[in-house]
Amino acid sequence: MKKSVFFGTLTAAGLVAGFAAAGTLDDVKARGELNCGVNTGLVGFAAPDANGNWSGFDVAICKAVAAAVLGDPNKVKYVPTSGQTRFTALASGEVDVLARNSTWTFLRDNDLKLDFVGVNYYDGQGFMVPKALGVSSAKELDGATICIQTGTTTELNLADFFKANNMTYQPIAIDSNAEGEQQYLAGACDAYTTDASGLAATRAAFASPGDHIILPEIISKEPLGPAVRHGDNQWGDIVRWTLNALIAAEEYGVTSANLEELSKGSANPEIDRLLGTAGDLGPMLGLDNLWAKRAIAAGGNYGEIFAATIGESTPIALARGLNAQWTQGGLLYTPPFR
Amino acid sequence: MSEHHSAAYVRSAMLPEQAPPVSEIGVIRWLRENLFSGPLNTFLTLAGSFILYFLVKEYYPWLRHSVWHAGSVGECRDIVTATWGEGATGACWAIIRDRWNMFMFGFYPREHYWRPTLALGLLIFAAAPVLFAESRSIRMVVLGIVAAFLLVAFPGLGVGAAANLMLAAALAAMLVVAWSRPWGLLWLTGIYPGLAVWMLWGGSVWGPVLAMSGFVLGWAAWLATRRFGTILSVGAAVLVPVAWWLFGVEQVLPLFDAVLPYSIDAVRSEKFGGFVLALTIGVAGIVLSLPIGVVLALARRSDMLLVKALAVGFIEFIRGVPLISLLFVASLLLNYFLPPGTNFDIILRVIIMVTLFAAAYIAEVVRGGLAALPRGQFEAADSLGLDYWKAQRLIVLPQALKISIPGIVSTFIGMFKDTTLVVFVGLLDPLKGITDSVRASFEWKGAYWEPYIFVGCIFFIFNFSMSRYSMYLERRLKRDHR
Amino acid sequence: MAFVSEPPRQGFRLSQLLYDTRYRSMTIQVVVLMMFMAVAAWLVDNTINNLADRGKDFNFSFLGVRSGYDIGQRLIAYDSDSTHARAMLVGLLNTLLVSFLGCIVATLIGVFVGVLRLSKNWLVSRLMTLYVEIFRNIPLLLWILIIFAAFTEIAPLPNAFKEGGGASLLLFDSVAITNRYTAVPDPLFSRSLGNIDIGIFLISADLLAIVAAVAAGWYVNRLVLRRATVVQNATGVRPVTWWKTLALWTLPGILTLAALGFHLGLPTLKGFNFTGGINVTNSLMALWLALSLYTGAFIAEIVRAGVMAVSHGQTEAAYALGLRPGRTMSLVILPQALRVIIPPLISQFLNLTKNSSLAIATGYLDLRGTLGGITLNQTGRELETVLLMMLIYLVLSLMISGAMNVYNASVKLKER
Repeated sequence: MKKSVFFGTLTAAGLVAGFAAAGTLDDVKARGELNCGVNTGLVGFAAPDANGNWSGFDVAICKAVAAAVLGDPNKVKYVPTSGQTRFTALASGEVDVLARNSTWTFLRDNDLKLDFVGVNYYDGQGFMVPKALGVSSAKELDGATICIQTGTTTELNLADFFKANNMTYQPIAIDSNAEGEQQYLAGACDAYTTDASGLAATRAAFASPGDHIILPEIISKEPLGPAVRHGDNQWGDIVRWTLNALIAAEEYGVTSANLEELSKGSANPEIDRLLGTAGDLGPMLGLDNLWAKRAIAAGGNYGEIFAATIGESTPIALARGLNAQWTQGGLLYTPPFR
Repeated sequence: MSEHHSAAYVRSAMLPEQAPPVSEIGVIRWLRENLFSGPLNTFLTLAGSFILYFLVKEYYPWLRHSVWHAGSVGECRDIVTATWGEGATGACWAIIRDRWNMFMFGFYPREHYWRPTLALGLLIFAAAPVLFAESRSIRMVVLGIVAAFLLVAFPGLGVGAAANLMLAAALAAMLVVAWSRPWGLLWLTGIYPGLAVWMLWGGSVWGPVLAMSGFVLGWAAWLATRRFGTILSVGAAVLVPVAWWLFGVEQVLPLFDAVLPYSIDAVRSEKFGGFVLALTIGVAGIVLSLPIGVVLALARRSDMLLVKALAVGFIEFIRGVPLISLLFVASLLLNYFLPPGTNFDIILRVIIMVTLFAAAYIAEVVRGGLAALPRGQFEAADSLGLDYWKAQRLIVLPQALKISIPGIVSTFIGMFKDTTLVVFVGLLDPLKGITDSVRASFEWKGAYWEPYIFVGCIFFIFNFSMSRYSMYLERRLKRDHR
Repeated sequence: MAFVSEPPRQGFRLSQLLYDTRYRSMTIQVVVLMMFMAVAAWLVDNTINNLADRGKDFNFSFLGVRSGYDIGQRLIAYDSDSTHARAMLVGLLNTLLVSFLGCIVATLIGVFVGVLRLSKNWLVSRLMTLYVEIFRNIPLLLWILIIFAAFTEIAPLPNAFKEGGGASLLLFDSVAITNRYTAVPDPLFSRSLGNIDIGIFLISADLLAIVAAVAAGWYVNRLVLRRATVVQNATGVRPVTWWKTLALWTLPGILTLAALGFHLGLPTLKGFNFTGGINVTNSLMALWLALSLYTGAFIAEIVRAGVMAVSHGQTEAAYALGLRPGRTMSLVILPQALRVIIPPLISQFLNLTKNSSLAIATGYLDLRGTLGGITLNQTGRELETVLLMMLIYLVLSLMISGAMNVYNASVKLKER
């Protein structure tokens, strides 16, 4: 670290000539640390506490990947990225994986040369309004003043939604969630729009959450997921299957509590393959056989992570909804581990 | 004039002294002269008083109802309501109390708080030969305060008694040196950049030592080659250190680490935040930009058309774009401009761009200093037969840089204020980065004014004292110059 | 310089490139040029490699693509179907708008405060010093954030302006400051000349007519003054011109306004919002106010220094010549003070224009907000957008400093 601080500029030319060719996996192993791009601060998804320790739903992905690859969920360097810098940070190699509630879109996947490896949260854009406004549907927002965070897909969705419904609106662009909250609470805008999960997180922190309602209309599909650089398939697979392992673990009932017990052997061959007791899945990824076990041990399975960071028992109080397992009527459906 | 005083209308005895009219003495006179000397002034006074009254009436209750001990904004409000009645508003300074460390140090590891603190204290010692060379009394007062502050603060930051004693001895020794000669601490100024980097980022001591030794090598190369002519020796003095930094240090560093390992805990850049970050960027920017700025200023005054054109182009380009766009270059584009795969952390990239930014402004300040130098000085240097570099080094630059110091301090103040912009590339500056991050927590949501006022006060204290001192210095230097 | 005799002719030696002052500067320049080109080539080469690595190219065709986002504050027609290029233009005009308004108000504040700081009134000069020191020593970003927060937190909601709502309009019921926008009167023309389409956007013909009328009045006034000077030079008596000047300054504009049927559309509360006037968003208001107050503090110092730079002897000399105080000010003091004031003043204008990029903190969509913000994000073309943005700012700055240089040359003391 110190060395790169010191000689980074001076030795930029010589230092790195050989680096770029190697795969991300080798880089991460050589570095002994995973660089993970996260949000600059969204409670529940990724936020540092007073000591700079990061926690949240997206952070859990970083920890799981670090545990799978490096064997230690704490060997992560969190790089806070803004809406503007996130994709550049990934493309330039500053981060190895971007876990920052980013929407998977065609353009981003193809034009920006990213690879979204999966979906860790199915979201959609919604509106929050004060109850006193007397509005019960987004269709009644004609002429409204709407606070919106710039640099996201939400402003495109908003423009399309109002155009399609032949309504007008006055956008108030804001720079961060903190400012959006302030503007909205002061009444500077009639409605606040962002991903429904973000709205819930924001509302949860209000002094009187009951005075605000989230309108039923969800005006867009926002599949949020971790992304990696285009072109490094091995690394993409590692992140993809780490995520899948967390989801599968919930489906098969593997939790951090029974993990040790199940890894001694179980009745379900799929669990055995997942936890490395049977089969030889790890080496196919370039890892060892216990990779998934470590990933699950880092923060529990998908359901445990969800419950601990954004679930109904947390202040954010998000219901599983679309993010329930397919067996529970949700959309989470991982390919089989075989 | 008549000599006779017999006429009845001629007074023969002096009248006793009369008290001056009431309107010409004391408070009333002062009021009349300073506040009510005419209709316009009376109006202005009344308007000013009204504004003052309005400000006090609106905001004094809020300040008077300050709450210092609370765990959250809600608790603050409850306390205010309980103490001052329903509907009262009050400032909730408990947020500052609670998150003081974050505002000051960001996420810097708690057990190492003494390192940035000491680095800041030593900065003032290192700056003494440059900034406080003019007056011994000011020098001693400032350094004394800094030393006392360090000694008081250190036990609070968890530094042991023995270490504190050693520090006290070292500080006392430096105070004595500073007292005896204005230039006594110049050695500290020389090693400070390496020392500060080591204190802030930690790690092996040999990295900074070897890097700083590049300058010694450059000096040695210059001495060794000077008999071959100025051009060659200057070239050698530049090329040898660069080669050392590029290729030598990396080879030698492991060797030193193996033979004489000495290191302190490394702290990584992403832990930097708050005022530690602002000062690191501001000071690094100014220190690194000084040499570049001087070279640019000389180049801009050069007779060589091409050199001059390049310097003008660079300076005007940097001064023509907003700092925020340069920060975007740091965060978004610098990776494009460097060889594929190069990566160094965002703070270093920001420091690079801020350095370039400051260099352009410093160049203009130094150019002003050069222009203020009487022509006779240049001509005298020429008539002594000094070549260009000797003339610059011995005659021109010492004088020009001296009269540029106030301008350089002003540039530093501007830059220090501008470090708040780094929040837009995702760094935790004290003003918005830390504040937003504090307000993102559930306890402190909704505290808008207090953090801003607090951060504003700190900036004000820093900048106001620096600007006052630079104004004093300016007056003093001007007088000396005449 | 002493006469140096021609050195004995001999063949050119390579060492002459280093040691002969006739060639040395050439050598240095060639070396510098080569180094510069090498660095430039290195940067360009790296960029090309990096672009290739990431499968990207370098082209500006994205500017012609539909932008898809809306902009709240715009001077020209724009909606989400417009192109990115047009969004950039909207942003540029917004930058120019806030810079222009900011420069005007900052100058007014600066002159006002600078003069008052020199006032003999103890209270007022202290208050002004306080203002200058507070604003100069605290980061601009803080002022923007605080003023923006003040607008949203302190200003009333639009519907507080209803009967009994507790808020009232300012300035003869024409201006309403709400926490969303500031409603101001809209200049309307009942006999409007319509708009002129110049291809990219529309320009109000009414505005052009007014500008033309005022410009014509100004030009005629100059002729009148020049004639007065000619008469003065010939006869020694200057004809009285002030009423002509006054008329020429005011009448053309007023007459044109009257001919166009000028009236103000006052904002009135309809439903939840004000209509009938222009609703200026608070992001613009806050940015404008913060930029003006911040730069105003610097300008106040410049004005103070400028006035103090003119020595008192100049005033006394003018009085000794028999000039009246007014003429003394306009003929002796001001021209000298302005020579000191204008160059730093213009560099403050330059700073203000650059600082307007802090609009990012209020969400005001200026050039950085559109081209360097949303467009950059939606298209992912950071190289092109940031470079283009810097180029535009650079051109703006060069234009302003070019104007400064022209002015400086025109008022420079002609030294002999």
